[in-house]
Amino acid sequence: MKHRLKFTGKKLIRIGILLLGVSLVTFLLMCASPLDPLQTNVGQVALGSMSAEQVERLEAYWGVDTPPVQRYLGWLSGVLQGDFGTSLLYRQPVMTVIGERLGNSFLLLLAAWMISGVLGMALGVTAGAFRGKWPDKLIRGYCIVISSTPAFWLAILLLMIFSVWLGWLPVGLSVPAGMAAEAVSAADRLRHAILPALTLSITGVANIALHTREKMIDVMESDYVLFARARGESELSVVLRHGLRNVSLPAITLQFASVSEIIGGSVLVEQVFSYPGLGQAAVTAGLGSDLPLLLGITVITAAIVFAGNLIADLLYGVVDPRIRRGTARE
Amino acid sequence: MSVSFTQYGRGIRRRQLPVIRDLSLSVGPGEVVAVVGASGSGKSLLAHGILGILPYNSCMEGKIYYDGQVLTRERAGKLRKGEIALIPQGVTYLDPLMKVRDQLTGGKRDKETLDRCRRALERYGLGKETEELYPFELSGGMARRVLIASAVMQNPRLIIADEPTPGLDVRAAKRILGHFRELADEGAGMLFITHDLALALEVADRVTVFYAGETIEEASVSDFAGAERLRHPFTKALWRAMPGNGFVPLRGAQPYPGTVRQGCPFAEQCERCRRECTETEQIPLRLSGGGKVRCLYPEEGDCTALGAEIGKAEAEDNSAGHAGREIAR
Repeated sequence: MKHRLKFTGKKLIRIGILLLGVSLVTFLLMCASPLDPLQTNVGQVALGSMSAEQVERLEAYWGVDTPPVQRYLGWLSGVLQGDFGTSLLYRQPVMTVIGERLGNSFLLLLAAWMISGVLGMALGVTAGAFRGKWPDKLIRGYCIVISSTPAFWLAILLLMIFSVWLGWLPVGLSVPAGMAAEAVSAADRLRHAILPALTLSITGVANIALHTREKMIDVMESDYVLFARARGESELSVVLRHGLRNVSLPAITLQFASVSEIIGGSVLVEQVFSYPGLGQAAVTAGLGSDLPLLLGITVITAAIVFAGNLIADLLYGVVDPRIRRGTARE
Repeated sequence: MSVSFTQYGRGIRRRQLPVIRDLSLSVGPGEVVAVVGASGSGKSLLAHGILGILPYNSCMEGKIYYDGQVLTRERAGKLRKGEIALIPQGVTYLDPLMKVRDQLTGGKRDKETLDRCRRALERYGLGKETEELYPFELSGGMARRVLIASAVMQNPRLIIADEPTPGLDVRAAKRILGHFRELADEGAGMLFITHDLALALEVADRVTVFYAGETIEEASVSDFAGAERLRHPFTKALWRAMPGNGFVPLRGAQPYPGTVRQGCPFAEQCERCRRECTETEQIPLRLSGGGKVRCLYPEEGDCTALGAEIGKAEAEDNSAGHAGREIAR
């Protein structure tokens, strides 16, 4: 137990450094951005009709006149006191915006994460067990086609088929347009989340299935599987007892590492479906030079991805007898 | 028996790579037959071929007889549940994430299987606590004993031990060999695959020598009393290379699979190689002095004490396993 606490402590120090680095890089990229916040958000025509005093006030609002180092340090000291600042576009505290957006995206991300994990592992194990035979060829073919398909293109394709031609599912947004917030039912929210979640799952499956297949092939070629066969274990028993067991460890890593890909994918997919989630907010903040919001979103998503990897590392200690029993004996 | 692999050459050209060209050997009940050969001579493939667990890109020709009947892949599948057992090389043959007991019982949880597992482990001095251990918690010697226990759990009639001793000191290795002798004395046929001639002579009744995927000699252990009773030049060289017999190394190396097109594979290293040795399509395995040899001129040189036990080799009809031969293409 002491070992695991020490391990977690070390990881937490590391995440602190990582988040600092991520925020700095984001800030520097924003500084290097050629977009002028005033021109983008206020417009050339409106700017031209304003008095010098008004323009000055706007410049102060968007932070154009403050030196970058001062801006970053100001943001950092705020964050350290628990204040992520106020979004310049939404005129709300950054944390409120992120909380609301994350709440919208959560269902979407979770569903996509679970579906792609379970389905990807099942397909990967099947392909690995039937290596070179038709189920393998079929699954591999599917995965390669899907991995080389851009997520946003797939999203548009699904949108065309299910929303435009068949009319089964809504075209976009997370709730029906023009409906009062109280009247929106859970079923409505679900219907709106299906297509984005499906897009994210389909693309996520391919990656996980291909990786699992490789692991499965390694397992099936291992000495212990050979010996299990030599002892007369059936092919099914070999796959279920030895295959699944030994694939499950790398699968944990893969599953939690895929958090980052799902979040990354959601940026594009939410844009296509006009889904008001975290991904869409990130795009809006980036294009609108909303520095506090963008920094907030980057830091929060980085923390989520890091937490995913940390959970995977900790789960290893629980699942793998070599780590569990090895550290217990120290 | 012959085994070949499909291999991809340059680009997408495929070729058949003959790894085992012409193997033949037999094992009788209560007998320990040692298979001696350098690494890469096809020893392990022989074991996998008998058990019907060759890799997917391989192709086996020829016939294996078990109990007088042809051993097909299907029949091997049934027999390896009990009658034929494998003792593999080491701890990597145990699933790293599964407890010893679950590996030995194959997942069965009935009392009878659990009892048999317990007894098999006890026979080799492994207590109840071993059942709960994972492979990484076993010492090298313990792992070896677990693997043997796994083989005897089913009371097999043919046991194939594939290099079961590397990494063990002489005393531990001899203890393992003692277990093998014991199993053979209880009536099982024992195929002991090794690269260590000294160990093979320690325990075996007969020795079969492999070279580049061919059986080149079959001899009884008593033939190894001196080089003059051995038949094939490679076996003689092997004998002379033993520390007690001069420690003379043999120059050169065994040819890589697929490089020998015709003739004697040993020709490159043989001091007595003649023109016919490389021109004959396939050198036949001939009876010679109670054993067998694959050499055109085995009588040459210091080979004198032949012809003593002709006929013994034919008395193998009751053999538990017999690998017939067929020439590979």
